[in-house]
Formats: sequence, C-alpha cells, structure tokens
Amino acid sequence: MEAERKHTSQNEETPILEVRNVTKRFGATLALDNVSLDLRHGEVLALLGDNGAGKSTLIKCLSGVYQPDEGQVLLEGEEVTIDSPMEARDLGIETVYQDLSLFDNMNVVGNFYAGREPVSPRWLGSWGWVRDGFMSKKARESLKNLQVNLPSAEVEIGLMSGGQRQAVASARAMSFGRKIVILDEPTSALGARESSNVLRLIEEAPEHGVSVIVISHNLEHVMQVCHRAVVLRQGVRVGEAQPTEANHERLVSLIVGAAEHDKGEKQP
Amino acid sequence: MSSERSLRWSLTLIRLGPAIILLLLIMVFNLLSPVFLTVQNVSNIVAQTSALAVLAIGQLFVILVAGIDLSVGSVLALSTVTGALVFTWNQGLGGSLSVATFLLTGLVAGFLNGFMLTKGKLPHAFIPTLAMFYAASGLALVLSNGRAIPQVPGIVVTLGNGYLGPIPVPVLLVAALALLAVVLTKRLKWGRWVYLVGGDKEAARRVGIPVDRVILSVFVISGLMAGFAGVITAGRTSSGYPTAGELAELQAIAAVIIGGGSFFGGRGSVAGVLVGALILGVIANGLNLLNVDEYWQLIVAGGIIVFAVELDVLRRYLEGRFRTLQAQGD
Repeated sequence: MEAERKHTSQNEETPILEVRNVTKRFGATLALDNVSLDLRHGEVLALLGDNGAGKSTLIKCLSGVYQPDEGQVLLEGEEVTIDSPMEARDLGIETVYQDLSLFDNMNVVGNFYAGREPVSPRWLGSWGWVRDGFMSKKARESLKNLQVNLPSAEVEIGLMSGGQRQAVASARAMSFGRKIVILDEPTSALGARESSNVLRLIEEAPEHGVSVIVISHNLEHVMQVCHRAVVLRQGVRVGEAQPTEANHERLVSLIVGAAEHDKGEKQP
Repeated sequence: MSSERSLRWSLTLIRLGPAIILLLLIMVFNLLSPVFLTVQNVSNIVAQTSALAVLAIGQLFVILVAGIDLSVGSVLALSTVTGALVFTWNQGLGGSLSVATFLLTGLVAGFLNGFMLTKGKLPHAFIPTLAMFYAASGLALVLSNGRAIPQVPGIVVTLGNGYLGPIPVPVLLVAALALLAVVLTKRLKWGRWVYLVGGDKEAARRVGIPVDRVILSVFVISGLMAGFAGVITAGRTSSGYPTAGELAELQAIAAVIIGGGSFFGGRGSVAGVLVGALILGVIANGLNLLNVDEYWQLIVAGGIIVFAVELDVLRRYLEGRFRTLQAQGD
C-alpha cells in the first residue's frame, strides 16, 4: 500500500515515458492503432493482450527496432525519435526479448558487456584493448547489487539453465538501463522456482532507479509484481486496471474481448 | 555435484582433444621411426607446415563467424603469380614492391569475398568464395600463361626457405602472425565481436555490433593470410606458380576443424588451429618416413576430421547435460 500511495502522489509529475497516439502499419495490417500509454517513475507496468494484440510491436517501437508511422514518444517530457536499438540504449532504455540475446559461447561477464566492451585507450574504439579485469569487477558488483546468485561469473552462458539465463539477461538490462527496462515474457519459459527469482528482480527494479514494462501472459505473475496493467487488443488499447485479485476477471475479459471497453477507450 | 565435476572434467578433456591427438601421433611415429624426432626432421615438419598454418589462421577468423573461405588456395596461387610478375618488371628496393603485391593480391581478393557476401547479400560465404576460387585460379593461369615464373625476390626466398640456425624462417613468420592473431582474437574488442557475431548473428545486431563490417573484415584477414602463405610457398619453390596451393583451402579448413574450431561459429582458437595444422603436417611427414603410400595420408586425414567433429558433437551433448543439471540445482 505504501508503494501505491507513493505512485499516486507522483501522478502529477511528468511520466518517464509517454506514448502518444502511436500507429504502426505493416502493409495493409494495422498493428498499432492510435495507442497511447504512459509509464511513471518507478512504476512496474504490465502490457497485456492476446497473441497479435500489438504488444511486441509496441515495445519494438520503444526499443528502436521499428519506427512508428504516426504519433510521438516522449522520454521525461521530451519528444524522442528512436531510430535504432543502439539509440534506445543510449537513451537509457534496455529491452530483454524472449530469445534473451545472449551469447552461448561467452561467459557471464562477456555477455554483460557484449557490444559495449570498455577499452583502453578509448580513442582506439573497436581496436582497443578490452578491459577484462574492469568488466569482470563491474559485472560482479552489479550481480551482487541485484542479488543474482550464479555458480560463477566465468561460466559460459551455454552451460546455464533457463532461469539463470533469464536472470543474467534481466540483470544486464537493469544494470545498463538507466531509465527503463522492457521485458518480453520474462517467465514464460521458466519453472516456478526460476520464475520467482526473476519476479523478485522485476519487483525490486524501482529501488535501483528504473521503471519497467513487462509483457506477460501470466496474470498471477503480473498481480505479484506490477502496479498497473494496460490491455491491448487487435492493435488498440482497450483498457487499464490495477492488477489485483478483484480485477482478475475484468482483465481477462478485456484481454479476450468479452468486456465493455473502458470509458474513453477506443473500439477495436 | 560429483556428476557436475565429471561433466566439467569431460568438457576440459574435449577441449584438450586436439593436443592429445597430436601427442599420441608424435609418440607413435617416434616409436616406429628413429629419425622422426631428430632436429632435422622436426625442423622439416614445421617448415613444410608453415604455409598451411598461415592459411589456417586466416581461415579460423572466417570460421569463427560461421563462414568458410574456399578461395584461399587459389588466392595463394594468384599472389605468387602477381608477386613474381611484378618482380620481373621491377626489381628495385630489394623486391619490396613484389612482396607488397603478394599481400595486396590477397587483401583485395579477401575484400571482394567479404564485399560480395555482405553487400551483394549472397546467401552463404560458400558462394562468393567458390566464385573467387575459380576466378583467382583462372586469373593466375591467364597472367602466367599457365607456366611457372621462376623469379622471386631474395627476401621471399628467405621468408619461405631460409634458416636462422636450426629454425626455419617461415616458422618465425608463422609465430609472428600467430601472435598477432592471438592479440586480435583474445585481447581486442574487434576480436571479441568476431566471437559474438559467430555466437549469434541476430543477437550481435541487437547489441549494436556492426555485423556486416565484422564479417567483411574477417575475409580481408583470410585473404591477407593467403598472401603471406603465397610468400612462403613462392619462397620454397623460388617461383610463382599458377597451380600452387591446390587443395590448400581444404587443408586449411581441416586444420581449423581438427584444432577444435566449430563450423557453427563462435568457437576456436589460434593455438588450436596451429595444433590442427601440425597434426596434418605430422601425419604427412610420419607416413612418408614409414614409406606409406601418399594416398593413405588422405584417408587418415579424413578419419581424423570426422573424429574431431564428433568431439564437437559430444561437447554439445555434454553441455546440454550440464544445463539440465544446473536447472535441477536452481
């Protein structure tokens, strides 16, 4: 309840992320139709919807994979165009896709810094000497900070279980994502015990200064860690609700299309 | 936990597989032939293997990104022809223009391979390098009228055939290039990216690695190495020869695979490749000493390739077992 009150009080502030009337077409298909959404500081927001609802398209618009055809994206009140995944990362938005983008042939440290290995001297760029010691130290610190326990940071990712892999990918995103971390189905491939580790990471993310958007099919998990849930159906935003036990049925019917739309929300 | 330890142990053993094969071969040949381990013969083996070792180092970079370079044998031949031809026209500066031509030929061929693959959007490295395999070979024959050009600079002869005490100069060249390759692969960010691209191309793109540039660059390196191998080969025969390096591309690929490089990409090391090249060299030399028909060498090499790749398959299986164990331990 503490947390919720805190969030209400922040309602007046500028959201960390605002999506305004975003539309995205693929040929004749309207993948996103005038979708708006905001993410508040320190919020864990669930993005719900059936297959083909447009969840993935929406997060890809935020992570620089797609560019919206219409509409705006505002980061801390300022309009941004996110032309590439690199740009999203530079803006402080990290995304963990379902395939995790991990490299089986690298250890945890190598995966943590994949593509942004610190080098010396810095002006040599990709011809510089990789600072392995520094990387290893920093990655261990981050893992410790996030309380992610792994057998060893030197073990190749290819030798890790699904839960450990998800934990590494999430921890990587949370250490580098200065503002927002987006997680696509973080628990779908995991067992109960493995899921609980990842859910804890998500729940604690606001303490580390990041806001989170989670796509999930698992309403139990959403109710456990999310402060708010927005529902998409057929590319249209159809409603939002607090993910509580009392709202469970309502969320389900919004997802499958059996419920009245929220007032002011569009018809699909 | 004990089964975890035994799995770890098996994986380490597999990683050491190529070195163990090499040691076993050396022990067997040493038992069968009294001359095998003499300084003279060992020096022979490493000298004869050096051109292959250089080609294999280049091939390693390509295989690390899950590619293949079928052109290196032909490019080697072409570089000996262009290098020798330039020397017949210009012998100034101790033939350094000729040496530069060897290397530049390789570099340009490698660049074209990589360019055709990445910018031409060809489906697999097999295609541009197969094209280059034919084209370079054809060009070498055209430029030389199909004949050897028996004139190369003294520096080339030294690099291919010279000795520094008991140590063949080409072996020093191999050592220098190998050291450079180790720094590239193990220490530099660019080398790290080569492994990442080989590990997962799509993920590499997502983490912002310029995947196409990395792929292009490994072909340039492979081509350049073919140029260096051309210098060694021309030096050993004191000529440019349009059919030099026949089957060398397959031997180079074999050396990488035997040395623990994975065709799936992302796995392999310079040390492993050198061991792989030495295994091939030792087989050839040892069977020669034992007066075994040359053709048998090919059969033995074939057997060892299958064995080496089976080791890689076994590694993947054991890693799978290891993962399951980790999941249960969570």
